[in-house]
Amino acid sequence: MTRIALTVNGEGREAEVQARQLLVYFLREQLGLTGTNVGCDTSSCGACTVLLDGESVKSCTVLAVQADGSEVTTIEGLARGGGELHPVQQAFHEQHGVQCGYCTPGFVMATVSLLKDNPRPSEAEIRHALEGNLCRCTGYHNIVRAVEAAARAGA
Amino acid sequence: MSILGNRVLRVEDPRFLRGEGRYIENMPLHRAAWVTFVRSPLAHARVNGIDTSAAEALPDVQVLTGADVDAPPFGPPPYWNINPGMVRPLVAQDVVRFAGEIVAIVVSDDRAAGIDAAELVAIDYDPLPVVLTVEEAAEDETLLFPDEGTNVAARAGSEEHDEELFSGCEVVVSDTVWSQRMAAAPLEPRSAAAELGEDGRLTVWLTSQTPHTSKMVVAGMLGLDPGQVRVVSPDLGGGFGAKMLEVEGVLVAWLARKLGRPARWTETRTENMLGLLHGRAQRLEFTLGGTRDGDVRAYRLDVLADAGAYPILGAYLPNLTCLMASAVYEIPRVEVEGRSVVTNTTPTTSIRGAGRPEAAQAMERALDLFAAEVGLDPAEVRRRNFVPKDAFPYTTATGATYDSGDYEGALDLLLRSAGYDELREEQRRRRAQGGPVELGIGLGAYVEISNPVGEAEFGEVEITDNGEAILRTGSHSHGQGHETTFAMLAAERLGLPVELVTVIKGDTDEVPTGAGTFGSKSTQIGGVAGRLAADGVVEQAKALAADYLEASAADMVLDLDTGRFHVTGAPEPALGWADLASRAAADGRLGELKVSHEFQAPPSFPFGIHLSVVEVDTETGRVEVKRHVAVDDAGTIVNPLVADGQVHGGIAFGVGQALYEEVVFGEDGYPLTGTFVGYAFPSAAELPSWERVEMVTPTPNNVVGVKGIGESGTVGSTPAVHNAVLDALAPYGVRHVDLPCNGENVWKALQEATA
Repeated sequence: MTRIALTVNGEGREAEVQARQLLVYFLREQLGLTGTNVGCDTSSCGACTVLLDGESVKSCTVLAVQADGSEVTTIEGLARGGGELHPVQQAFHEQHGVQCGYCTPGFVMATVSLLKDNPRPSEAEIRHALEGNLCRCTGYHNIVRAVEAAARAGA
Repeated sequence: MSILGNRVLRVEDPRFLRGEGRYIENMPLHRAAWVTFVRSPLAHARVNGIDTSAAEALPDVQVLTGADVDAPPFGPPPYWNINPGMVRPLVAQDVVRFAGEIVAIVVSDDRAAGIDAAELVAIDYDPLPVVLTVEEAAEDETLLFPDEGTNVAARAGSEEHDEELFSGCEVVVSDTVWSQRMAAAPLEPRSAAAELGEDGRLTVWLTSQTPHTSKMVVAGMLGLDPGQVRVVSPDLGGGFGAKMLEVEGVLVAWLARKLGRPARWTETRTENMLGLLHGRAQRLEFTLGGTRDGDVRAYRLDVLADAGAYPILGAYLPNLTCLMASAVYEIPRVEVEGRSVVTNTTPTTSIRGAGRPEAAQAMERALDLFAAEVGLDPAEVRRRNFVPKDAFPYTTATGATYDSGDYEGALDLLLRSAGYDELREEQRRRRAQGGPVELGIGLGAYVEISNPVGEAEFGEVEITDNGEAILRTGSHSHGQGHETTFAMLAAERLGLPVELVTVIKGDTDEVPTGAGTFGSKSTQIGGVAGRLAADGVVEQAKALAADYLEASAADMVLDLDTGRFHVTGAPEPALGWADLASRAAADGRLGELKVSHEFQAPPSFPFGIHLSVVEVDTETGRVEVKRHVAVDDAGTIVNPLVADGQVHGGIAFGVGQALYEEVVFGEDGYPLTGTFVGYAFPSAAELPSWERVEMVTPTPNNVVGVKGIGESGTVGSTPAVHNAVLDALAPYGVRHVDLPCNGENVWKALQEATA
């Protein structure tokens, strides 16, 4: 077991983890942050996307020990105080970018990261940037509309 | 003002957006044993022995095998007429028949220990010859079930041949389409959990689209009274027809009783790709004949379906393919025959479309081949042969009775919306210019069947003591948005704001009965049942209000704008729902404001036509969809926001089949597409935005006029893209490309045609 210390959604956390423990299972099972989903075992689907020091990563591809000393933001840490939805979450709601909801936290986190790097992406840039996140329900149409709307809202 | 037809944002969204989805894997379950299934890596083998000692030497690990399982095998219901000798044992014992079949069960305290122990279970296999294709299986040389003497699991249609079927036809075309094996690939892998309560009742959490049916089957297989079992299917991360009860769910329920402690299981993606049943996998051999001027006179379809190793719903689906074989066309003579055979592959079931896409894939290729042969534009040959608008209800030669439709209207709307003439003009211009990238334009007309077996669904509306409403439905929602759509249907009748109607589903203790969700039937029976229950509550409320207002119930009206009851023509005195409910509660009469309704209706037939514009790089075979325009008519639209989303997802699923996806096995039957690295699940980067064109032709089968919309986009899109690819390649003499039309298959077809 290895001791790690990191900041998760603004809160300092310390824990003992197995060296092989993946960040996603550390978040889900040790911290109880089950908003981050696991959709594959091959870093293909992006359902587990979180922000690690502000950059989007697939938390199934990061060992918990690699996150030692870092700052992690999960879907639970995104909504602003008072429970209001983050503008990216609001845009996914208004554009019906959510159906079964399973890929949604990952798409939202990946979008936050995309808009930080490229505040006004074109449709082609959005589709390319979100290539690492898979959705079976929406056919991506309304997810792209949601990202465009979030960009317009200055998210 | 009716709320129906308005773009109402979904009430279920916030919990998903905040990461608070109630998926089974997120549920804490104290003291639960973690279940890991040990699965066969071989597609067909005799099991000589299982050595569990190394695994059980690990702390707190227990291993069970088929010999320990005392529940009966898992099979289809008898009315599907599937060979009853081909049922699946919950855990394989002497023989494994597909790679991924369960051979042993590891019970541990957590996931990691389970994976470690599973790797230590040593199984001695003797490989047997494998049967991987439907053609091989149909030869009946290597048998999966030697005692049955055949690999044929089920039949559909008729074995009678009319030798004169195509007599008088001046032009006859034929081909074979392999509607390839697809994975449903919901983003959420399956989970199951079970716990025996102190009262002796068993609660089973399942990722199931049909919780009530699952409850009956679990109870039956464990030898329990149905009242002793509660099934909860909370939020599901997509189902697409494949998330029904399967052996894993039964085993987890069985284990909770056997172990005397709660049990839980969540599959890996590889388990999901091997263990969750696949879909399509139908070989469609068609012949179509007609006159030189383009009238179709006769059609024959032979379906050879791959049931996988243990036939279940997939073996039944050729019935639907055969029923829908005539598609949107008026064809005097149609012959259909279907067979399902077993192979050493994952069993097959329904996935989005389930039998209907296959019918459309065959017919729409036949129409294009026929159009080319008689020298007519594909749009024109379709127009000439559509069932005319004034012919509904229309019964096809295969016995389907279409409720309502306007196929030519859909074609006209599509051609206009897409700018068909301009597209053809652009194609002529580009062909004249030459170049390696060809433009193709394809049409996919379809009619599908929703609520295919004419089922009933349960709905109940209850007014709470604060004047809000609860709607209980037997239907399930795993992305479709019932919590919003069904609430709208009831709210409209109650005169309540939609946010005051709470929809409850997916718990057999909360909802007494239900058919569940498959076959695009939720809104047309489940939604309508909720609406009719709301009507019943309004009638009850009128009687109650009449008592309180000292008037006659016959004179009471509900003002739908304000949600207040008063006497006709006299707006005051009036009672709103909140006043009425609190008075009724005080008087012990609140129970009067609770009405349930089971609504049954015959199938309805959504229809439409898609146009796809593709570019094909003839040097590499790469296909890109440039535009996809879709007219989908599912009758009255309750919530266009949700309906659009259903169509978009359906189109993407169908385009995935047309261009990318296929479950592939190696020569020895080992799965080559066991992860999302191997399986070509399209991302946003491979797909364009969709151009949806709404058309509304209500069904007479229910008061709302609504048909199903969940699968229609899938049915129309695959043939439209397939035809577009072949249209692009027509100048090269290519008349057949295997699905999926990926770079490899297109390139091969080009090489063969130009060799």
